[in-house]
Amino acid sequence: MARHSEEDAGMAKAPPAARQRKKKPKENKTRTVHANILHDCAKGEENPNRHYANNKIKTTKYTVLSFLPKNLFEQFHRFANVYFVFIALLNFVPVVNAFQPELALAPVVFILSVTAIKDLWEDYRRHRSDKEINHMDCLVYSRAERRYVEKYWKEVRVGDFIRLRCNELLPADVLLLSSSDPDRLCHIETATLDGETNLKQRQVVRSFYDLDCEFDPLKYNSIIECEKPNNDLNRFRGYIIHRSGRRDALYKENLLLRGCTIRNTEEAVGIVIYAGHETKAMLNNNGPRYKRSKLERQMNVDVFWCVIILLVMCLFAAVGHGLWMFQYGDNRPVFDVLSPEGTNLSPIMSAIYLFLTMIIVFQVLIPISLFVSIEIVKICQVYFIHQDMDLYDEETDSHLQCRALNITEDLGQMQYIFSDKTGTLTENKMVFRRCTVAGVEYSHDANARRLAMYQEMDSEEEECMSHGGTLPRRDSVTSHQSARVVLRSQSTKSHRRTGSRAEAKRASILSKHTAFSSPMEKDITPDPKLLDKVNDCSSQMDFMRFHSQPMSQLPSDLSDIIDFFIALTICNTVVVSSPNQPRHKVTLTCSGQKHQFGQTSVRSKRDHLWTGLHNDVLPQLHSRLPLKSPVKTIEDFIKRFTPSLEQVFSPIPPSYDGKASWNLEEGELRYEAESPDEAALVYAARAYKCSLVGRLPDQVIVELPHLGKLSFELLHTLGFDSTRKRMSVVVRHPLTDQITVYTKGADSVIMDLIKPPDTGKRQKKIVCRTQHYLNLYAADGLRTLCIAKKILSKEEYACWLQRHLAAETAIQGREELLFESALRLETNLHLLGATGIEDRLQDGVPETIASLRKAGLQIWVLTGDKQETAVNIAYACKLLDPEEELLTLNTFNTNFSPFDIYSSSSPSSQSTPFLVHRLGLVIDGRTLAYALDKSLEDKFLAVARSCRSVLCCRSTPLQKSMVVKLVRNKLKVMTLAIGDGANDVSMIQVADVGVGISGQEGMQAVMASDFALPRFRYLQKLLLVHGHWCYSRLANMILYFFYKNAMFVALIFWYQFYCGFSGSAMIDQWYLIFFNLMFSAFPQLITGTLDKDVSAETLQQLPQLYVNGQNSEEYKPYMFWMNMIDAFYQSLVCFFIPYFAYADSDVDLFTWGTPITTLALFTILLHLGTETKTWTWMNWMSIAFSIALFFTVALCYNASCPACYSPSNPYWTMQRLLQEPLFYLLCFITPIAALLPRFFYRACQGTLFPSPVQLGRQLDKLPADIRRNILSLSRVKVGSPLCPKLPFLSLAKLWSWLDAHFLLVAGSGNIEVCF
Amino acid sequence: MMASSYSAKDEDGHITVSGPGGGTLRNKKPENTAFKQQRLPAWQPILTAGTVLPAFFIIGLIFIPIGIGLYVTSNNIKEFEIDYTGDDTSSPCYNCAQNFSWNNTKSCTCIIPFQLDQPYESNVFMYYGLSNFYQNHRRYVKSRDDSQLNGNIDSLKKPSKECEPYASVDNKPIAPCGAIANSMFNDTLKLFYNDPNGTSVPILLTSTGIAWWTDKHVKFRNPGGNNANLTAVFQGTVKPVNWHRPVYELDTDPENNGFINEDFIVWMRTAALPTFRKLYRIIQKNNNMAPTLPRGNYTLVVDYNYPVRSFEGRKRMILSTISWMGGKNPFLGIAYITVGSVCFFLGVVLLVIHHKYGNRNNSANISN
Repeated sequence: MARHSEEDAGMAKAPPAARQRKKKPKENKTRTVHANILHDCAKGEENPNRHYANNKIKTTKYTVLSFLPKNLFEQFHRFANVYFVFIALLNFVPVVNAFQPELALAPVVFILSVTAIKDLWEDYRRHRSDKEINHMDCLVYSRAERRYVEKYWKEVRVGDFIRLRCNELLPADVLLLSSSDPDRLCHIETATLDGETNLKQRQVVRSFYDLDCEFDPLKYNSIIECEKPNNDLNRFRGYIIHRSGRRDALYKENLLLRGCTIRNTEEAVGIVIYAGHETKAMLNNNGPRYKRSKLERQMNVDVFWCVIILLVMCLFAAVGHGLWMFQYGDNRPVFDVLSPEGTNLSPIMSAIYLFLTMIIVFQVLIPISLFVSIEIVKICQVYFIHQDMDLYDEETDSHLQCRALNITEDLGQMQYIFSDKTGTLTENKMVFRRCTVAGVEYSHDANARRLAMYQEMDSEEEECMSHGGTLPRRDSVTSHQSARVVLRSQSTKSHRRTGSRAEAKRASILSKHTAFSSPMEKDITPDPKLLDKVNDCSSQMDFMRFHSQPMSQLPSDLSDIIDFFIALTICNTVVVSSPNQPRHKVTLTCSGQKHQFGQTSVRSKRDHLWTGLHNDVLPQLHSRLPLKSPVKTIEDFIKRFTPSLEQVFSPIPPSYDGKASWNLEEGELRYEAESPDEAALVYAARAYKCSLVGRLPDQVIVELPHLGKLSFELLHTLGFDSTRKRMSVVVRHPLTDQITVYTKGADSVIMDLIKPPDTGKRQKKIVCRTQHYLNLYAADGLRTLCIAKKILSKEEYACWLQRHLAAETAIQGREELLFESALRLETNLHLLGATGIEDRLQDGVPETIASLRKAGLQIWVLTGDKQETAVNIAYACKLLDPEEELLTLNTFNTNFSPFDIYSSSSPSSQSTPFLVHRLGLVIDGRTLAYALDKSLEDKFLAVARSCRSVLCCRSTPLQKSMVVKLVRNKLKVMTLAIGDGANDVSMIQVADVGVGISGQEGMQAVMASDFALPRFRYLQKLLLVHGHWCYSRLANMILYFFYKNAMFVALIFWYQFYCGFSGSAMIDQWYLIFFNLMFSAFPQLITGTLDKDVSAETLQQLPQLYVNGQNSEEYKPYMFWMNMIDAFYQSLVCFFIPYFAYADSDVDLFTWGTPITTLALFTILLHLGTETKTWTWMNWMSIAFSIALFFTVALCYNASCPACYSPSNPYWTMQRLLQEPLFYLLCFITPIAALLPRFFYRACQGTLFPSPVQLGRQLDKLPADIRRNILSLSRVKVGSPLCPKLPFLSLAKLWSWLDAHFLLVAGSGNIEVCF
Repeated sequence: MMASSYSAKDEDGHITVSGPGGGTLRNKKPENTAFKQQRLPAWQPILTAGTVLPAFFIIGLIFIPIGIGLYVTSNNIKEFEIDYTGDDTSSPCYNCAQNFSWNNTKSCTCIIPFQLDQPYESNVFMYYGLSNFYQNHRRYVKSRDDSQLNGNIDSLKKPSKECEPYASVDNKPIAPCGAIANSMFNDTLKLFYNDPNGTSVPILLTSTGIAWWTDKHVKFRNPGGNNANLTAVFQGTVKPVNWHRPVYELDTDPENNGFINEDFIVWMRTAALPTFRKLYRIIQKNNNMAPTLPRGNYTLVVDYNYPVRSFEGRKRMILSTISWMGGKNPFLGIAYITVGSVCFFLGVVLLVIHHKYGNRNNSANISN
C-alpha cells in the first residue's frame, strides 16, 4: 500500500483532477497520438500525449489514507449499519443511555471491522495483482540509447514505440507498424478478451506495409488520429497522417489489444495508442453486478416488521413508564432517582426519554449479526458447491464456478428456465453428416455409422479419445513455453508472464479447449460415390491442365463438385497450424511447394515475391526456426516434410500414394476456426483429399488430388455477419484464371440470391432438388448451409472493386458501406450444393430436461437457429413430446397478427384443462417481435403458460432478453437463463439467475453469468440438490434468527412490567450484547451450512421435492408470525418459571438474570436442535462449544474484577449459582416446557400431515433395496406426461402401493415385511 | 515414445502455468472427502408420533417424581410472616407510619406481638421484606460507585458521576454515594420470646454471615485497609442525606462497620423484583436439643424509621427455615408435576395418533 501511494505520487505529478481539467478544452471527438520520441527532450508540459492515461493500472479502491473514510462511507450505504451506529451513539446521551456507551459500540465496531478487513484483504489482493502486472516488462524504444530498452509496463506511455516478441503479452493497445512476418502480419490470441482460442491475424498499417528494411522509430514522423477510448473490442477507426500529408485509414485489423498474446510472430513493433485504464480490455472490465435474492427480499419485509414490533414494544414501555410515574404524583419514591442535575422529570418527558432507551435495550430484535451470518453461510455454501465432485468435469478439468456469492438460495426457487440451444443443449461439436452437390444427395452412410459408434462408446473410452484430441493442443502450449525459455534465456530478466491470474486462466482455457478438434469432428468417412467423382474430376482437370485445355470444357456436374469442395475449403477464415510450430511450417511448406508450382501452375502476379521468398527459405530456416523450438524438433520436422515434397514431384497421384505419408501430413495440420461449423466443413473437404494447407492474407493454398497444391489468390473476404447470414470470398481461380466468388450461408438467404432459374433447366432442377434435400436435412435436425459460386468478369469485378475500395477507406459509416458493397456482390449466384452438419446433443440432456420438468420447472428454449432444426433438437432432447400437439406460430405477412389464432385456440384449452399441458408452442423470431409488443404480450403469455414447452426460434439476443424480462416481470416468477455464447449474455444478465456454460464458445457468457457450469446436465444437481439445500438452509436460518432475537428481547420486555417500565434489564449488558455475536452464533452457522433435509440421491430421484422451494414452503409469510408467537411463548416460559421460582426471595437482580440468560441459551439451542435435520459431529461440537463458551466467559467475567462492570457488577454470581441446586432444576425444566408445543406439533405434523420433504426424509431412512424399488416405481409413474401440475399424485400412488405390500412403521425406519 | 514425452511436457507446462498463481490449481478435481462432499455421517432424527413417543413418556416419568420431591421439601420449610407497615388503624405501627417521613430524626418504636404455632428446629433466618419497592429501577440500579465501595480513596473523595445527584452535598463527597445507599433500609427489628412464665427473653440475633462471603471480603472494603481508624478515613465526607448516622457508625464491631457492614452490603445487592425480602439476622441453633424457636408467644419490637407509605409499599418481617433448595417456594415442585403430567398426557395423545394414523397416514393424506 505504502509503496503504491509513493509510486502514485512519483508517477503522476499532476493529480488526476488537474489532468481532467486540462483535458477538457483540448479533447474533442478524436484522440491525436504523436510519437513520444519526437518530444523526448520536451518533458512534461510540451508533450502532446501528456493528457492521456499512462499504462499503470490501479484497480484498488482505497489508498492508505482513504481506506478508513471511504470504507466506512461505503458500509454506511447499508441501512442496517447506519441504524446500529445510531443506536450505539444514542448510548452516549446520558439521559437515555442503557448500556455503557463503549460496550454498546463493541458489536457495531466488530461487524464494521470484519467487513472492513474483508474489503481490505480483497483490495490488497487487487493491489498485489496490479503491482505484478504493472511490473511486467516490455521493450520500449529509447531515444537516448537509440535502441529498445526494457521497461516496466507501468512506464509505457501513449506514443511509445514498443517491440513485441513472440508469446509476449501486450501491455497496451498498440497500433501495429511493423512485423517480422514476411506478409506483415501478426498473429494474436485473444482468449483473455473474448475466450476465442483461435489465432487472429493483425496487419501492419498499410503505409508501413512495403517497408523493406527494419522499422526505425527515429524516422517515424506521422500523426495518428483515432477515436476516443471506448470499450468496443471490435471497432477501431482512425487514420494516420504522414508528413507528406497522405492519409491512411486504420482498422481494427491494425490494432493489437492489451491482454492478448503475440503468437507465431517473431517480432512486431507498434506505437501505443491507448494505455492503462483507457485500453479496450480495461474498459471492458466491469465488476459483477449485485443481485438480491428472493429470499433476501422476503427477509427484508420481515426485518421491516421487526422494526414495527420494536417500535410498538418501545411505545408500550414508554406509555407504561409514563403511567407508572404518574401514579406516584408529586410524591417521588426513593427509588425513582432524579436526573443527574437533580431536577424532577415530568412523566411525559421521562416517557419520551424512555422510548429512546428502550430502542437501545431492544435493539437486539433487529439482528445485527443476521446480515453477517447470512454472508458467512452463503460463502460456505458456495464453497461446498465448488467442492462437489459431481459438478466437476474431468474432461475439461473444470468445475462449477459461482461468480455471484449472494444468490445461492435462488437456485432452489426457480420456476422458469430459459435455455439457449446451441452449445448449451448441444455440444456445439459440429460434425459433418451429409451433403448434396449439384442436386445429387450423398448420404454418407459410413459416416453415420461411425458417428453412431461414437455415441455407443463408453464414456470412459470417449474420455480417452478426447484426451487424444487434447494432446496436440496442449503440446502447442508447451512448445510455446519451451520456445520462450530458449528465447528468454538471453535476456537478463526472466519474464514472469505466468504470474497473473488472467494468464493462468488463459492457459487453462487453452488446455481444456478441445471442442473443435475432437476425432469425431476430424475423421470423416467419405462417401465412396462422391469420392470417386472427386477423383475422377480432378484427374480430368489434371489432364486438361497438362494439355493446356480450357477448364470450361469440364462437364458441369463434375466442375460443380470440384467447386463445391474448393468452396468448402477456402470460403472460411480457418487458420492452419501444425502442432509443433503453428503457422511457420505452413509458410515454409507453401514456399517450398511454390517453387515447383512456379513451373506448373498458373502465373500469379506475386510470383516474384514467392521466388524471392524461396531464396530466403534456407537461411530463414536456420536463422528463424531454431529460435522457436529445439533444434532436434526442427530437423525432425524438415525430414518429415521432405517426403511430402517428393511426393508432389513423383508422377504417382497422391491418392494412390502410400497411406502412411498422407496420414503423416494429415496429422500435422490442424485447423483453427472461429466457429465450429467452418472447421467441420474444412475437415469434411479434407476427407475428400481436398485439404486446406495454408492461409495467408492474400493467398489460400489448397491441395487437391492429382492437381497437387494450388494457390488461390485471395482478393477479398467478406466476413460472416448475422444480418447477411453468409460469407463470401473473392479469389482468382488458379486453373481457370477467373475471378470467382464463393459464398456460403444459411439456406434461406442463399436460395433467394440464386440466379433466376430461367438461365437453365439444369440449374432449376438443382435448386429444386437441393431445396428438397435441405428440408430433409432440417427434418433430421441437421444444420444446413448452402454453397454457391459466381464468376465475375474482369469488368464487373473492376466496377465492384472501385466502389468497394471507396467503402473500405471511408471513415464515416464504413460498416454500412461495406455491408452494401457485399450485398452488391452476392447476387445472381450459382448454386453448388448444400451440407448438413449435425450438432450433437450433450450427454444427459434429455434426462436432465425430464427431471427438471418433473421438478415443476417450465423450460423454454430460445435459439437463434431456424425452426426446423430447433424443433428437431427439441424432440431429440425430449423437450417436445411426439404425443404433444404443436402450436406453431409463424408470420409471413407483416400485417397479419398471429394472435387471431390464439383467441380461437384458448377457449378449447379452457374446456379441456388436461389437454393444455400437451401443447407445445413454437414461435419464430419474426412472430416473436409481434408477440412482445405491449398490446399482445399478455395474450402471448397466456398462451405460452398453457403450453408445456415453448420454443422460440430465430430469436435475436435482444429478443431473448425481452422474453426473459417479460416472463419475469409479468408472471412474477423466478427465472434462470442458461447459455454459452455471446448472444446469450443479455438474457443471462436479465434473468434472476444467469448460468453460463463454460468452455465451449468463449467466455462472454461465463463472464456475465452468476454460475458457470461445464455441462448442461450439471444443472440438475445444481438446482435440485444444491439449490434445494441452500434455499431450505437459509430459509430456516433466517426464520431461526428472527425467532431467536424475538425470544431473547421479549424476556426483557416482560421484565419491564416488574421494574416500572424503567428500561432496566436483568440480563447483564455483556450477555445482552454478546449473546448473538458469540454464544448463540456458531450452532446456527453450522446448521445453516451443513443441514440436509433430504439426501442428494433422493432429491435427484424425486425431482418433485423441488416444488418445496418454488412455492417458498420453508419460509412463508405466516411462518414469520408463527415463529414470533412461538418466540413470545417461549420467552414467557423462560421468564415466568424463574420468576415464580424466585418470587419473594432475597435474590438480587443479576443473580436472577443470569439463570434466565442461561435458560434462554439452552432453549434457543434446543430449539435449533429440533429444527436440525442432520446431526453431524460438527453440530454436536458447535452446541457443546456454545455452552462451554458461555460458561467459560461467564465464569471468567464474574471472577475478573470485583469493582468493575458497573452497574451490574456481577462478581462471583455464576460461581454461586453453580452451587445452587435450584439453578440446575430450572435449567432442566424450563427448556423442556418452552419447547413442548413445538416439539409436539412437529411430531404430529410428521405423522398426520407430513410435507413431501418429510416423506422424502422417511424414504431416505428405508433400507437401500426397498428404496430403490419405490423410486423405480415412482419414476415410471411420475414420468407420465400429465404430471407437472400434480407432482405428488404419483407419490401418493407409491405410498398406497407400499401400504398394500408392507406394513410400514413410519418414522422408526424399520420395515416389517409381512406378506 | 512420442506420447510419453507429450505427457511429461504436459505436466511441466501445467505447473509453470498454474504454479505461481495458486499452487493448488494443478488438478482442480475436488477432493473426495466426506466433509467436502457433504457426506459426513449423521444422525437424522425424524420427528413423528412414533419416534418422539418415548421421549414424552420418559420426561413425564422423570419429572413427576422430581416435582413431588420438591413439593414435599418446600412444604417442610416453616415460614412465618408479619406485616408491620401500619396502614391499618388496628396495627401497632399505625402511629409511627402516619407521622413518619425521611426527615424525622426521632425514632418511633412499635411493638408487635405474635405467636408461633410450630417450633423452628434448625437455624432460623430473619428477613425483612419490602413490597412495591422498585429496587430494580434502571436509574436506581446504576446509582452507586463500586469503586468507592471497594475502598478506593480517590473514589471516596470524588464519587463517580453515576451517583449524581447523590454524589456530594455542598461540594463534600457523600460516602457511600448514590441512591441505593441513600435509601438504605434502617428499621431495627428485635425479637423477644415471651416465656410462658411471663418474662420476656431477648433472642440473640446474629448480624454477621448474612452477606455473600465474596461481597464482604472482596467487593466491599473500607478505605485505608482493615485497621484504620474509620472516623479518620471518612473525614471530609458526609453521610447520605437520608441517613441518621454516618457510615462509620453503623456498628460498633470494627469488622462490621463502614462499607463492610453486612446490613449495608445486603441492601446494596439490589433486588430483582419489586416484592423482595432481604436477610436481616440469623438465629443460630443452640447446641442443646431445644428448638431454636419454640412454640409460643413472641414480641417483635420495631424501631420504625423507614417510610414506605409514599409509594404504597409494605414492610414485613419474615422468619423462615431453609432447605437445600432455598426458602419456602412450592412453585417449582408444582411446575415439575405439571410439566411431567402434560408430557405424559401428550405422550398418550401421540400414542393414539400413532396407532390410528401412523401406518396409513401418508397415502391417506396425499390423496386428499
